[in-house]
Amino acid sequence: MNHAQQAPLEFRDLRKRYGATPAVAGISLAIAPGAFVALVGASGSGKSTLLKTVNRLVEPSGGTVLFEGADVAGLPLAALRRRIGYVFQSVGLFPHMSVAENIAIGPRLVGERLPVSRIAELLELVDLDPAMAPRMPDELSGGQRQRVGVARALASEPQLLLMDEPFGALDPVTRDALGQRVRKLHAELGLTTVMVTHDMAEALLLADRILVMDGGRIVADETPHALLDGAGGEIAQALVSVPRGQADRLAELAR
Amino acid sequence: MNGIWATLLGLGDKLAAHVLLSSAAIALGIALALPLAIWASRSETVARATLGFASLVQTIPALALLALFFPILLSLRAVFGEGLPTLGFLPALLALALYALLPILRNAVTAQANLDPGVIEAADGVGMSFWQRLRLVEAPLVAPYIMAGIRTAAVWTIGAATLSTTIGQPSLGDPIFAGLQTQNWVLVLAGCIASAGLALVADALLGTIERGLKTRRRLLTAGGLGAVALGILAALAVQFAGRSEDRIVIGAKGFSEQYILARLIGQRLETAGYAVGYRDGLGSAVAHRAVSTGAIDILVDYTGTIWTNQMERSDNPPRDAMLAEIIDWESRTSGTHVLGRLGFENAYGLAMPRAAAASAGISGIGDLATKGQGMTIGGDPEFFERPEWIAVRDTYGLRFAARRNFAPTFMYNALQSGEADVIGAYTSDGRIAADDLVILDDPQGAFPNYDAIVLLAPETGKDERLREALRPLVGAIDVAAMREANLSVDREEEKVSFEEAARRLAQRAGIETP
Repeated sequence: MNHAQQAPLEFRDLRKRYGATPAVAGISLAIAPGAFVALVGASGSGKSTLLKTVNRLVEPSGGTVLFEGADVAGLPLAALRRRIGYVFQSVGLFPHMSVAENIAIGPRLVGERLPVSRIAELLELVDLDPAMAPRMPDELSGGQRQRVGVARALASEPQLLLMDEPFGALDPVTRDALGQRVRKLHAELGLTTVMVTHDMAEALLLADRILVMDGGRIVADETPHALLDGAGGEIAQALVSVPRGQADRLAELAR
Repeated sequence: MNGIWATLLGLGDKLAAHVLLSSAAIALGIALALPLAIWASRSETVARATLGFASLVQTIPALALLALFFPILLSLRAVFGEGLPTLGFLPALLALALYALLPILRNAVTAQANLDPGVIEAADGVGMSFWQRLRLVEAPLVAPYIMAGIRTAAVWTIGAATLSTTIGQPSLGDPIFAGLQTQNWVLVLAGCIASAGLALVADALLGTIERGLKTRRRLLTAGGLGAVALGILAALAVQFAGRSEDRIVIGAKGFSEQYILARLIGQRLETAGYAVGYRDGLGSAVAHRAVSTGAIDILVDYTGTIWTNQMERSDNPPRDAMLAEIIDWESRTSGTHVLGRLGFENAYGLAMPRAAAASAGISGIGDLATKGQGMTIGGDPEFFERPEWIAVRDTYGLRFAARRNFAPTFMYNALQSGEADVIGAYTSDGRIAADDLVILDDPQGAFPNYDAIVLLAPETGKDERLREALRPLVGAIDVAAMREANLSVDREEEKVSFEEAARRLAQRAGIETP
C-alpha cells in the first residue's frame, strides 16, 4: 500500500447504534486509492450501514468518516453526495424520467446540462445501446435498469464509487456480465470502489481486498488469495467454504 | 319542461356565484393542504394530527359548519375590526375550504407515504436538496394522486356550496331553498340540475388534468387547466360585469311571506332608483344579526321573535308597549332602525283541522293538555327550540306522544295526511283558510304578539330618501292580504312567482308604484 498517497476513504472508530443494538461497533480502517474493496457479511452484520455513513445516508453515532482527508460531517451534504457515485440495491431509477434524464440528474442538480454525446458515451460504458436514451424505466429489463443505475452513478465523474448489493436482484447471467463490466470500468476510470455484498464468490472474483463483517466489527481483512489460502479466521472461512464447496462439487460432476 | 329550461337560463348569476365560491374554496383548500402534506410527510405526528383534524371537520354536517363560522367570525371582529364580514362569501369560503381539506390532504399524504423508498433514497443519494427532491421527484410522482383528491374535493364542495344560501351567500342553493319553501319543484329541480351539472363538468375537467399528469401528457394537462381557468374567468365576468357596489341588500328568512315582502320592498326601492339585491333563506337568528351588523340592509322581522329570542324576555306586554321597547332596544344595542309595522301579525299559533278539532272537542290550547297526550305535534325546524314554544308548553302543561320537524310548507301537508295532529302554524299563512284549519285559542296569552316590522341596518336607516320610499308600506298590509299573497305562491295550482305575488300584494294594498 502506498502510504504517501491520500486515502480517498478512511473510517476512525466509527460507531452506529439503532436503539440499544450496535450496527457498527467501532471500525477503523483506510482504503487506498484505486482499491476495489468488497464488504462481505451476513444480513444484519452492519455492512450496508457502514457504507451509507460515507455519503451520510446514515449519520454515525460516533467516530468520523474521512473522504479525501476531510471529515464528511463538515462537508455540505448535497455537494458530498454529488462527488460520490452510488449504486443502489433497489436501483432507484426515477420512474417519471427517461433513461437520459435519469443519467443526467446529478449534473442537472448543479445546473449543468449533460450533452447527448456524453449520455451516449455513458450508456456505451455500461454496454447499453445509446438509442435507449429516450426510453422510460418501466420499459427496461431489471439488468438494463441497473446498468442505467451504474451509468447515473458515473455521470458526475466521481473518484469514489459505492455499491450497495448492486447485483442482488439480477439473474445469474446478467449478474456475472455486469459484475465484470463494472470491474473493467473500475480499472479504466481509475476509480476507488467499495461494494457491499453477501455473496463471497462475487467478492472473491471482483475485489482485490475483502473485509468480512460480523456483529458490527471487521473480523477479517484479507486479499482474495489469502482467504482462499485459509486466512481470516473462522467466520470468513465459513463464508469462503460455500463457493469452494460448490466449485468442488461442480469439478466432481464434470469429471 | 319549458319551465325548467327558462328557470335554468335564469340561473346565470347564481351559477357564476357558485363557480366562484367553489373554486375559491377549493383553491384555499389546496393552498392549506399542500404545505400540510409536505410537513406531514416529514413527521408521523404531524400526519396523524392533520389527518385527524381534517377527518373531524368532515364529521361536522356541512350546514352546521357553515353556520358555526358566523359566531367565529363575529368573535374575530375583536381582532380584525368591525369591517370583517360575518355573513356571505367569507364564512362560506372558510367552511367549504375546510371541507375540501380532507380529500386533498389524505390523497397527498397517502401517495407520499406509498412512494417507493428506493426512489427516495436514490433522490438523497444523487445529492438532491430538500427542495430539489420535492420538486423533481416527490411532486411529479404524487401529482396524479393529489389531482384525484382535488377531484373528490371539487365534487363535495360544489354540492355543499348549495347550503351557503343559509348564511347569505348567493349560490345554486337559492332556487333549491326557495323551491322547497313553496313546493315549487321546477325551482328545486333547476337548482339540482345546475349544481349536479357543474359538479360533473368540474369532475371531467379535473379528470382530464389528472390523466394528463399520470400519463405525462403535457398538452392534456394544460388543456384541462385552461378549460378550468376559462370557466372561472367567465364566472368572474358575469359576477362583476355591471355590478353596482352600493346595492341595497334585502334579507329574507326561509319562508314564502319573507320572500314576497322582500320583493315588495325591493320593487319599491328599484322604482325609487336604488340597485337592489336579495339574500334569501336566512336562518331567523342569522337574519336579525345580519341586519343589525349591516351585512344586509333591510329585513322584515316580527316583534315576538325579537322579544323572546334576541331580547330574551319572557313577559308578555301589550303590543304597543312591546314595540316601543323593541325600538328602544334596537337603537340602543346596535343602532338598528325600526321603520314601523307593516300592519299584519304573523303569530305562532297551534293549528288543527277544523273537523278534527271539533270531533275531539278541542277549542283552546288548554284542551290539549288533557286530550293531546296521544297526538303528534309538528313544527318548523326552529319551533321546538324557541322560547315561545317552551313558554306555551309550560303555561298549559302540554305533553304530546311525539313531535316532528318539517320544513314550513310540509307541515300543512303533514296535517292533511295525518302525520301530525297539531302544528305550530303561522297565523298569516294562506293555507289556514285554504285547508280549513282552526287556530286554537290562547286565553292565557302565552304566545306574544308577532307584528311584522321593517328593520333597517344602522347605516341604511340614516338614508332619508330610502325611508321615504318605504314609508307607504307602514300599516298598509292587513292579514287577509298577506294570507292571499302567501297562498298564491304556496298553492299547488296556479303558483305565481314571488315577484308577481309582491306586485299583486302592492296592488291590493293600494300602494302599487307607477
